[in-house]
Amino acid sequence: MATAAIDRAQPVVIEEGLAPKILRALGRAPVHLVLILIGLFWLIPTTGLFVTSLLTASDQAQGGWWNFFAKPSTWTFENYRRMFDNEGIVDALLRTAQITIGATVLPILVAALAAYALAWIEFPGRDWLFLAVVGLLLVPIQMALIPIFSLYNRFNLFDTIPGLILFHTAFALPFAIFLLRNFFAGIPKDLMEAARIDGASEIRLFFKVVLPLGLPAIASLAIFQVLFVWNDLLIGLVLAQNNQPIAPHLASQLRQFGSNLDVLAPASFFSAVIPLIVFAAFQRYFVQGLLAGSVK
Amino acid sequence: MTSAAPRVEFPHEPGTVPQPHRGAAWRGLLIPLGFLAPALLLLGIWMVYPTIATMWRSLFSDRGDAFVGIENYKRLFTDDLIFESIKNNALWVLIIPAAVTAVGLVFAVLVERVRWSVAFKIAVFMPLAVSLFAVGVIWRIMYQQDPERGAINAAFAGARGFVAEEGVLSRAQPSTEMLQGSPAQGFTFRRAVAPGAVAPLGLTAIRAPEIPEEAKDAVLPGPLENGITGVVWRDFSPRGGTTGKVDPGELGIPGATVELRDERGKKLDSTRTAEDGTFAFAEVPEGATAVAVGQGTFAAPFKGVNWLGDKLITPAIMFSYIWVTAGFAMVIIGAGLAAIPRDVLEAARTDGGTEWQIFRRVTVPLLAPVLTVVFVTQIIGVLKIFDLVLAIAPGSSVDDASTLAYVMWQRSFSGQNLFGLGAAISTFLLLLFIPFLIVNIRRFRADTK
Repeated sequence: MATAAIDRAQPVVIEEGLAPKILRALGRAPVHLVLILIGLFWLIPTTGLFVTSLLTASDQAQGGWWNFFAKPSTWTFENYRRMFDNEGIVDALLRTAQITIGATVLPILVAALAAYALAWIEFPGRDWLFLAVVGLLLVPIQMALIPIFSLYNRFNLFDTIPGLILFHTAFALPFAIFLLRNFFAGIPKDLMEAARIDGASEIRLFFKVVLPLGLPAIASLAIFQVLFVWNDLLIGLVLAQNNQPIAPHLASQLRQFGSNLDVLAPASFFSAVIPLIVFAAFQRYFVQGLLAGSVK
Repeated sequence: MTSAAPRVEFPHEPGTVPQPHRGAAWRGLLIPLGFLAPALLLLGIWMVYPTIATMWRSLFSDRGDAFVGIENYKRLFTDDLIFESIKNNALWVLIIPAAVTAVGLVFAVLVERVRWSVAFKIAVFMPLAVSLFAVGVIWRIMYQQDPERGAINAAFAGARGFVAEEGVLSRAQPSTEMLQGSPAQGFTFRRAVAPGAVAPLGLTAIRAPEIPEEAKDAVLPGPLENGITGVVWRDFSPRGGTTGKVDPGELGIPGATVELRDERGKKLDSTRTAEDGTFAFAEVPEGATAVAVGQGTFAAPFKGVNWLGDKLITPAIMFSYIWVTAGFAMVIIGAGLAAIPRDVLEAARTDGGTEWQIFRRVTVPLLAPVLTVVFVTQIIGVLKIFDLVLAIAPGSSVDDASTLAYVMWQRSFSGQNLFGLGAAISTFLLLLFIPFLIVNIRRFRADTK
């Protein structure tokens, strides 16, 4: 991408008078205006949730959030304070954090091991196995819900954190293996063979060479997985009941939508802030992963 | 045993060079198996087994005690809600992938031309990181019906207020036969008017609370030499009085719309009444023969579009889905755009192509593979749409918004326990993915060869 930017910059080096510059800027004014309007429009809904979350229940009942947008004096963190006193919500948030960490670390580790074998160890049926993994990419979650629901009930995994972690892990594997195998396969062969001649075992090779080199791919994978697990609604709704993660926990509040906005708005916004922070901090990897995952 | 040849040259460990044949074969499988075992175990128990079990389960009754063959699949097309879901899913597939790709393309092309593209990209991309559940809450706030609450309807109300304001009254009747018409058409004064005329436009059957507080006692104004004057008033007083006459104590209607119309009833000019109900046209346009209380007086207030009602719920959810995924399409297409060789575009420009021609004939064809990727990804995403339906649609209209993924959950897990049916819906969903599966595998095999 960087090279593209440089290529593009070059034709502009030609000396230019002030008048054509102004004319060109004016010609582009509509584009700027349209983009500013679209950009603002895209920000409005989230702003609405944020401002709503800062209003007292009586202010929320008084009128639209935009009436309070310019009056920061009406804003209060009271809803958030009460949210942190709400055991149900705090527990759900903590549970979601545990599930997210487990269901991010575990699939990446498992997928990296498998991807290494698929990329660098020769064994009969390797290509077929990888093909099968690619095939599993498209199996929808719905396909597993009913049998796993029965299985979990029988083995006491229903409504437990390990149960949710394992489900998320399995469904993350096809994409993770696919992405990592392709990334690992790009590691120079000379490097690998040199290490093998030096007598490194496969395990050493995996931990000392492949895993460090694969970090960029692992990072984007981790971000995806954090977002996916943290934001999940369906799996938590089906495989948990009294110990649900945050999104399914809040979903039960939707029935009284309107009267409980002072609970729903801050909790929704807070649950959205965590992935937003992850997204903001690792934006670059996120975009890279997106490109690797879909262009490939 | 393809592994044997290279391994002779690069043994794993220098100490074990002269390996016995049987041990080598055994080791050759054991090591990869060790690496693959955790993944195979997880995939086997949580993906492969359930997939087969679900297909098998779909052939049994909901309680699982009787083999019913394809009965559950017949129900897909006889159960109204499921059929509605299939229709909705079809609508999603027809509209959304094309819409998202188009929006992403437009954004990507536009944003390439400005320096602050990063800010724009972040704004549009951000919703992708927010959970679809939170997106649902966000849009439920946006879509509230009361224009005082829902921002979308407030915007609509604002735009409407620009064109036509809410009328001062909701309904009224003429007090004498001198006026005729209805609130929908306005009430026309039957006597032809000319400059100098004074028109008393009396109304009754007005609901008292609707009369604005600033209303004063009505007065019949004097004539204007070149204009037309008159009064709109409530021709009713508790103490009696004569109908058709402005009696003391009768209130004027402020803010009523009064129009000058030609013979065919076309509006030529209009004005508003003052606090005492009087109005005046200083000049009379040519052809004006009638004066009337305009229908604007009775314009109903804007109550807000019911976005979350049964009619509009699916489009409303679709719109919020576009809001979420446009950033995805924009980034992917933007990367494709950056990869187009600059000299190709330059060449097209020097050949004298207009921007639009270049876009149509050069950019879009070169982007075709990327556009296809976005399009296909969206089809797959749209077939699985669940969270937004649950989070945006209120209980009253959720059936009208239902999709396959939603109805599968609803029939099996929201207390109904129809597992046979749920398994059939899931299998049907899987079948819809098979074409993409085949394309994926083909593309992948072409890649590796």
